[in-house]
Amino acid sequence: MSAHSDYAPASYHDDVPVPTSVKIVISGGFGVGKTTFVSEVSEIEPLMTEAAMTEAAVGVDDVFAVDKTMTTVALDFGRITVDDTVVLYLFGTPGQERFSFLWDDLVDGAVGAIVMVDTRRAEDSFPTVDFFEARGIPFLLAVNHFDGAPRFDVDEIREAIDVHPRVPIMECDARQRASVKDVLVCLFNEVLNRRAGHYPSAAGAR
Amino acid sequence: MNPSEPPPRGAYLRADLWDWSESEPSGGRVSGSRADDEWPADDDDQVLVRPYMVTGGRTRPLHDGLRVETVLRAAPGALHAPLQFEARRIVELCQIPRSVADVAVALSMPLGVVRVLVGDLVVGGYVAVQAPAEVTTKMLERIRERVRAL
Repeated sequence: MSAHSDYAPASYHDDVPVPTSVKIVISGGFGVGKTTFVSEVSEIEPLMTEAAMTEAAVGVDDVFAVDKTMTTVALDFGRITVDDTVVLYLFGTPGQERFSFLWDDLVDGAVGAIVMVDTRRAEDSFPTVDFFEARGIPFLLAVNHFDGAPRFDVDEIREAIDVHPRVPIMECDARQRASVKDVLVCLFNEVLNRRAGHYPSAAGAR
Repeated sequence: MNPSEPPPRGAYLRADLWDWSESEPSGGRVSGSRADDEWPADDDDQVLVRPYMVTGGRTRPLHDGLRVETVLRAAPGALHAPLQFEARRIVELCQIPRSVADVAVALSMPLGVVRVLVGDLVVGGYVAVQAPAEVTTKMLERIRERVRAL
């Protein structure tokens, strides 16, 4: 797959290797900057939709029930082709509570996660942090800098969100590619550290 | 559109971007999408197809384990199979390996709909699913280096 593959039909080649896909998720409250974050590093336009059923229709596998109870949700989706054999996918998880049923599917199999935090609404990240801790998925907090938002130091944020002392917390400017790259590199360091058993999983360690 | 002409490619797909809330699609991002650019639609002629119409109303795929990042690949010769429009497009796209998410973006169709269509193709033997491989430490290191080099 080329780095900027378009979606034109391609001819069939037996010798094209099938890449391994590796997934990370970017989560955080609505408007926290996930889309900006993903688009800074993605080689494709981050645009994917899901026809989300409202509560009334969930579990009802019936076209008539689906009628008028659906909303199309835009999901953030980015891709970085590493080489012929590995492709990294970045998926944003919709922040609103009412889309939480999409979560399992997006998060299942992820090697790591980034929780984006807006200091004006730090409490938005509580459920997300709980989720990743419970699943033992390596994650870090990326505090997105918003102009005019109060600045806190890392200890204050750690205390406010109540994460394990070993969970990395970084400042981030999702509009700056260098900053987004730093956060991603830090996440992969965290994933590698956790794998190497440098310290126990944050799950249950609190 | 002249009624005697076949609808342009994408006329049905475009309908899947419909937002039932009757407002701009979520965040307004969908409206500026590839679909709009490639297929400028005449609003008077816009065909509205409810998202799950193409699946016959089914919302659950026949094949389990289709994650967003699952890599798909068409079976050799699948292009010659008598498939319906959307299914055929998927087979065309998957002449090279593509993820479920990539297919959903290419078709401008909701993920859940694509999953049902892909599930049918997998069960029919037209599309093969790559078994999830173990993500090795080496892979993670290579990803990290690639990100650094961006």
